[in-house]
Amino acid sequence: MTTMDARSMGTSVRRIEGPDKVTGTAAYAGDTVAAGTLVLHPVQATVARGEITAIDTSAAEAVPGVVAVLTHRDAPRLGDTGDPEHRVLQGTTIHHRGQFVAAVLAEHAEAAAEAARLVVVSVDEAPSTTGFDPDAEAYTPAALGNGQQADTLVGDPDAALAAAPVVVRASYSTPMEHHNPMEPHATTATWIDGRLEVREASQGAELARQTLATLFDAEVTVRSPHVGGGFGTKGFLHAGTVLTVLAARTVPGRPVRFALGRRQMFETVGYRPATVQHMALGAAADGRLEVVAHDVVGATARYKEFVEPAGGSTRSMYAAPHRRTSHRAVPLDLDAPTYMRAPGEAPGSFGLECAVDELAVALDLDPIELRVRNEPDVHPENGLPFSSRGLVECLRTGAERFGWSSWDRAPRRRLVDGWWHGVGVGCGTFPAFRMPGSTAEITFTGGRYVVAIGAADIGQGARTVLTQIAADALGVDVDSIAVEIGSTQVPVGSIAGGSAGTASWGSTVVEAADRFRDKYGDAPDEGDHADAATPDNPWAEEYAMAAYCAQFAEVAVHADTGEIRVPRLLGMFGVGRILNPTLGRSQLQGGMVWGLSMALHEESVVDPRFGEVINHDLAGYHVAANADVRVVEAEWIDEDDAYVNPMGAKGIGEIGIVGVAAAIANAAYHATGVRVRSLPITCDDFLTSGLL
Amino acid sequence: MRPFTYARPDAAADAVATLAADPDARFLAGGTNLLDHLKLGVVEPTQLVDVTGITSTEITELDDGGLRIGAGVPNSDLAADPRVRERYPAVAAAILAGASGQLRNMASTGGNLLQRTRCAYFADPTTPCTKRDLSQGCSARGGWARYHAILGASEHCIATHPSDLAVALVALDAQVQVLGADGARTIPIAAFHRLPGDDPTRDTVLAHGDLVTAVDLPAPTPAVANSTYRKVRDRASYAFALVSAAVALEVREGTVVDVRIALGGVAHKPWRATTAEAALRGRPATDDEFRAAIAAELEAAEPVESPLGGNAYKIPLVTGTVVSTLRGLAGGVA
Ligand SMILES: Cc1cc2nc3c(=O)[nH]c(=O)nc-3n(C[C@H](O)[C@H](O)[C@H](O)COP(=O)(O)OP(=O)(O)OC[C@H]3O[C@@H](n4cnc5c(N)ncnc54)[C@H](O)[C@@H]3O)c2cc1C
Ligand code: SF4
Repeated sequence: MTTMDARSMGTSVRRIEGPDKVTGTAAYAGDTVAAGTLVLHPVQATVARGEITAIDTSAAEAVPGVVAVLTHRDAPRLGDTGDPEHRVLQGTTIHHRGQFVAAVLAEHAEAAAEAARLVVVSVDEAPSTTGFDPDAEAYTPAALGNGQQADTLVGDPDAALAAAPVVVRASYSTPMEHHNPMEPHATTATWIDGRLEVREASQGAELARQTLATLFDAEVTVRSPHVGGGFGTKGFLHAGTVLTVLAARTVPGRPVRFALGRRQMFETVGYRPATVQHMALGAAADGRLEVVAHDVVGATARYKEFVEPAGGSTRSMYAAPHRRTSHRAVPLDLDAPTYMRAPGEAPGSFGLECAVDELAVALDLDPIELRVRNEPDVHPENGLPFSSRGLVECLRTGAERFGWSSWDRAPRRRLVDGWWHGVGVGCGTFPAFRMPGSTAEITFTGGRYVVAIGAADIGQGARTVLTQIAADALGVDVDSIAVEIGSTQVPVGSIAGGSAGTASWGSTVVEAADRFRDKYGDAPDEGDHADAATPDNPWAEEYAMAAYCAQFAEVAVHADTGEIRVPRLLGMFGVGRILNPTLGRSQLQGGMVWGLSMALHEESVVDPRFGEVINHDLAGYHVAANADVRVVEAEWIDEDDAYVNPMGAKGIGEIGIVGVAAAIANAAYHATGVRVRSLPITCDDFLTSGLL
Repeated sequence: MRPFTYARPDAAADAVATLAADPDARFLAGGTNLLDHLKLGVVEPTQLVDVTGITSTEITELDDGGLRIGAGVPNSDLAADPRVRERYPAVAAAILAGASGQLRNMASTGGNLLQRTRCAYFADPTTPCTKRDLSQGCSARGGWARYHAILGASEHCIATHPSDLAVALVALDAQVQVLGADGARTIPIAAFHRLPGDDPTRDTVLAHGDLVTAVDLPAPTPAVANSTYRKVRDRASYAFALVSAAVALEVREGTVVDVRIALGGVAHKPWRATTAEAALRGRPATDDEFRAAIAAELEAAEPVESPLGGNAYKIPLVTGTVVSTLRGLAGGVA
């Protein structure tokens, strides 16, 4: 088994749509506004729970320019996708604040907004719970958000903890966080002769098409040529899309457009739910782990379950004979949580990797050495060999590059110009898998190979990388390839999600290219054509496949004010073959920047008196700004993985964020001696420690 | 959004008269604060009276050695003015610590002083707020109060004033020139912004229709020439202050001769730390003295507790910020 030869793969081919993007000519979903387009403005619930008893739309209908006001009374009935988020205007029950309870269609935005304000919704309010209390009554979910089982148990962790010479027990908490891609969700829907056409900001046009076809029992075309970031929130369709299509159905022939405002991004399109993670590690005096226990309590929505799989990656990180992971869910009357970049791995690595750091301190052992001593030979829970596992090499080469050994291991040793400096490390993993269900079609025409597949370019560079893969698979230059993606007018594609887009579409393109060359050789004729569905990975059951990383952080904490800054981040990645170093580095660095943002800034504050996120804009919900991001380096080890896919590439969309928050928290401890176990880390944590 | 009219009067007196006649009319300058509030439904004016054509965009020398800053001077121009940078470094530093380049280009000197609080409940018309409407309660108490006041608050409002520039101006004893329905008058900046008391709807002592025409900076003293602005915030840029301090210091032979301290992020108005200043004058310029002085100022502090984040941390934060800034101005490590 070998990976395919690379000529274009591995080189920094320029981003194909780059010039369009920097000149502003790339049209995102909300950018194209045809003449006659109606503007939709929603009316949203202002309570978290209750029943609608009456809706008075008369004042709204009287506003000049208003074309229609839609409520549950007159909204068309919908088919069932099984997803409660899709049951828009189908009944009187309010499940969360911000839920759409009516929609105004108008000729212009001002009229729509003014009319929406005039809709009077009478509600019989019911008591609600929207604040996350990790000690509240919790239940065991049937499965986690990513389909994994809620609990795993090997050996007898409690007994082993009681007997272990060195034990670390600590609880770590991560807050609710919202995705906030630069491009908020936007939908334009038009019904033409019973057919539906949609422009949608989507990570997967085909999934959107299937969902809408089920809901509306119609033929549907979805276009998503450019997407300004998804991060999980644009994977499954949310209520706003359904609302837009519903409303459009009442005005056949007219396009209806709904672009979410930033505040609406905090109300209806999902988020990462809060977790509290109870960690217990037991080790022998030499640092070898005997027990790893990771017990998670997380928030979910009462009306739609999504449980953050925060303990999931702990199942494969380190060797230990006794192991437990568990997940309990506390239901809240909030909008439903959803996938957000590295769901599970991002918050879960904070708990595990901080606890490992605390264990290293307790053992007086270098935290890198501690991790190396606990490197498993095979997957510690299912016993499969690893297709490749670069964790130790990432730790070693990263430590070398970062200058790790030049730092005294004891905390609180370096005070430079009024700032305490320290360094920390945190590791992570993200599974490498392949999604079924794509089809690639290759047609030779006009001297070029047109490669069509319903992939989504959400900024990660799919268009460019698929061009490189196709070129190598067909044995031609990238100039001979024209890739067509981003709509349901090309053959089906799986979503850009799970860091599996490139692996899934790429494997499909390679399969189609192999068939094409088998049929036509290397001198095809005009119109020659081949297609292929995503091949199964024959090794999927034989090997454990995942990407790994070691993140290194230098942190500075102001000795008088407790301000925390991150002068330096280095991520070392073991991710198989990097298909395009420029695009790949920017994916990984982008993830690391988000990890920094998660460590220091991001937190959605729910005010339970109102049931809403009160810091619901980018002034209140901080994401890292340029000045926060100093040196952020992403590097990778040479890793030849012959089992993941023909390209030898593991997904890199999510691994970049994993482990960063732990590295920063661990570095903050090293800098100051203050152990912060709750994100985000802010000056208060140091000021109130009594240690500054 | 309610419909409103827009006017661009040719004379300041006309603008003042228009507002005086209509309690729901508003002046519009750069619009960086007002337009957000229009979109959010925080204010619903009947008329917008654009003052950009009738407020001076000049910075001129005053006879007493000070500078007059027209109310229409963009924040970016004020921060870039060589005279301001040299003579009043705290003013330039305060502006550059705020907002972003684009916003500072649009924002005016007058509008900056009159920007409203960033209290999240104030900016959300679905949550009660006494500052928006006297008949409602204050949601910040018991809510998200991390950014809120520790000094001079009332039971009706614990908001802080968000302007960085205003904090520097208070430390420098600037004077605000105002044109009202009854003519022109001068208001010392320290008396310009109000404490909330039982009417938090009023941020300043201005009457409806009073137009800010200029801000005067008095001739710089040696302390003012040795002034700076220190802003502490969660992210390194583009964030409002958790706390901030405009500090001016003159030390001779190790003794504090003159000192000015104004604090931001702690009260409904920029807070002149007169108690701390008095405690420091004539004392040795040491960390211990600095610490004792600010502790005396903070004796009056009343932090708020809240399940969503209180603000007791501001007491050590103000202390650390002021001590380190004074130390820096005295020649040590800030
Ligand atoms: C994203 C963002 C970040 C920001 N960050 C900061 C920050 O870090 N620090 C900071 O200090 N500020 C910050 N600001 C606020 C910014 O400084 C103010 O919005 C700006 O200074 C207001 O000036 P303007 O001319 O745009 O005022 P406008 O928005 O036009 O007006 C503001 C108010 O002043 C009144 N007004 C305007 N001119 C006059 C006048 N001459 N006489 C009487 N009344 C008048 C208006 O009626 C209105 O009520 C930020 C703003 C934004 C949007
Ligand atoms: S603190 Fe002031 S501005 Fe904020 S909610 Fe209370 S009254 Fe309103």
